[in-house]
Amino acid sequence: MLKEKKKKKETLVGWIEYRLPIFSFLKHLGEYKTPKNLNYMWNFGSIAGIALVIQIVTGIFLAMHYSPNDATAFGSVEYIMRNVNYGWLLRYMHAVGASMFFVAVYIHIARGLYYGSYKSPRELVWFFGIFIFILMMATAFMGYVLPWGQMSFWGATVITNLFSAVPLVGDFIVRWVWGGFSVGDPTLNRFFALHYLLPFVIVGVVIIHIVALHVHGSNNPKGIDVKSKNDTIPFHPYYTVKDMVGFGVYFMVFAYFVFYQPNYLGHPDNYIEANPMVTPEHIVPEWYFLPFYAILRAIPSKLGGVIMMFSGILILFVLPWLDHSKVRSATYRPMFRVMYWLFIFDVIALGYIGGKPPEGVYIFLGRLATFYYFTHFLFVLPFISRYEKPLPLPKSISEK
Amino acid sequence: MFLRKILFVFCTVWCSCLSFASNVESPKEIQWPFDGVFGYFDKQAIQRGFHVFREVCQACHSLKYMEYNSLEKVGFSPAEVKAIASEYTTKDGPNDDGDMFDRPSRPTDRFVGPYANEKAARAANNGAYPPDLSLIVKAREGGANYVYSILTGYGDPPKDFKLSPNMHYNPYFSGHQIAMAPPLMDGIVTHSDGSSNNIDELSRDVVTFLQWVSEPEMETRKIMGIKVILYLVVFTVAFYLVKRKVWKDVL
Repeated sequence: MLKEKKKKKETLVGWIEYRLPIFSFLKHLGEYKTPKNLNYMWNFGSIAGIALVIQIVTGIFLAMHYSPNDATAFGSVEYIMRNVNYGWLLRYMHAVGASMFFVAVYIHIARGLYYGSYKSPRELVWFFGIFIFILMMATAFMGYVLPWGQMSFWGATVITNLFSAVPLVGDFIVRWVWGGFSVGDPTLNRFFALHYLLPFVIVGVVIIHIVALHVHGSNNPKGIDVKSKNDTIPFHPYYTVKDMVGFGVYFMVFAYFVFYQPNYLGHPDNYIEANPMVTPEHIVPEWYFLPFYAILRAIPSKLGGVIMMFSGILILFVLPWLDHSKVRSATYRPMFRVMYWLFIFDVIALGYIGGKPPEGVYIFLGRLATFYYFTHFLFVLPFISRYEKPLPLPKSISEK
Repeated sequence: MFLRKILFVFCTVWCSCLSFASNVESPKEIQWPFDGVFGYFDKQAIQRGFHVFREVCQACHSLKYMEYNSLEKVGFSPAEVKAIASEYTTKDGPNDDGDMFDRPSRPTDRFVGPYANEKAARAANNGAYPPDLSLIVKAREGGANYVYSILTGYGDPPKDFKLSPNMHYNPYFSGHQIAMAPPLMDGIVTHSDGSSNNIDELSRDVVTFLQWVSEPEMETRKIMGIKVILYLVVFTVAFYLVKRKVWKDVL
């Protein structure tokens, strides 16, 4: 009897597998060969994945109570905070979750930069990563508009106005984006629609990102290719269990902010309802935009600033060719390692300057840091790639 | 010489930045019972603060995101809440004849503000608009300390300070002058149980009330946080041990 049942199940699995290879797909996930020397920096890919899932799940429940209308949006958020069961938990998880998502992704990108994960044959993995990053920024920006507080409104006004820098058609584009003559109800409504759509687009691009990754497998701290079976271990159980440790630590930081500093990463002005007649003293975007905001403000021309800001992100697309050293990992690149940390310091400095009013010494520092940001990509990296003498590489991942 | 000049310019610019930043006095630091991981609400203080709000603040300020029945969460009985609500008048309707009508507020209604709209509020206050207080603690840099500092920070302006008409000197407010007249002073409100009513106590009570109004979920949130983080510590340590065991034979 038992045997018969088992047989039947086998045939059911076989029947489905024959038509939809779902089981061999699961088997691939289990057996997926992964370099055995990945350090904890490699946890941030899956952490970013779980961060996206948290945003989508909390977001769907928030959308059930939120009202995307300029007269009711702010009140509906307060209704969620006060009257919806655990609404405050959903909203704080979603707001803090956005910041935590960016923390994970910034570390994930920094890890890729350090270990040369963008180099051949993983250029397309890198490209789709940048697409995800751009989509995330668009989604986060539109999400921040939805509570319809003062920073929502004025942040939206400043950022959408950037399009007016486009020659000839700029003003037309801005009015088209607004759906009127200023940021208003149509803007809020379309931002809500897009804010609900884009996360699912991100899911699609994430899938492409992972499919491309699985063709050649993960890079590793030594930056050398897998040579033998001895160099790898199956993803499950080794990296599934390690990812759980990473999740635990990540969730602890997440929980600290949600339960004890839920508004620390936001701005107090966003608890004042949007008022087109009153401009806040300083309009600052969310912290994760500050480095790019600093680049925007460093250039004295509006169009120039917009071009430089977008270039700051798009330059990542040519990175695999600007840094043409065959050695991937910074561990074996003494000059690159120094310049890497200088670059990280420069990005943090840009972030700090982006949060300060554009006056006095901050104008000068902003320009200096912006200049260095591009210098790193356009001059430092090509120069190092050519003249640096890398340390001898180990023969294999297994070598001690 | 040239370097020294650069340094000098740099320092002057830096100092002018600093003095710009210190335009507003940074708020007084108060130890609140609701601060920190184990922060809690003193319900007696919230009740006294509500009394102060009703006697003083609500003459000009609304509380539009609060319902009367939330008061039950800080120790008022349903009967008391019903009595409090009925002192206010809510506009309702239209009735069967198509007319709007006034009726006594019910516990499920939201707090009724003093003015019909912003224009009415400005007309009654020399053009200034008293902000809604539902979120005041979350909507200001410095939170509870800031609100406390504003309430207790009034004083005489320095000799060279030019005070505009109908304004009051308060170094904790942006620009050092505020349209709100000093709302609290020693003994302006008396408590039925004889609690002390100097300006410091009254301010602390009303700030505690406003903190609760801004974050009514705070106590639940902080208690849940302890449980969640304890759970995560166990979760992380357990998975770390499992990880070590699983990885024992690797390398």
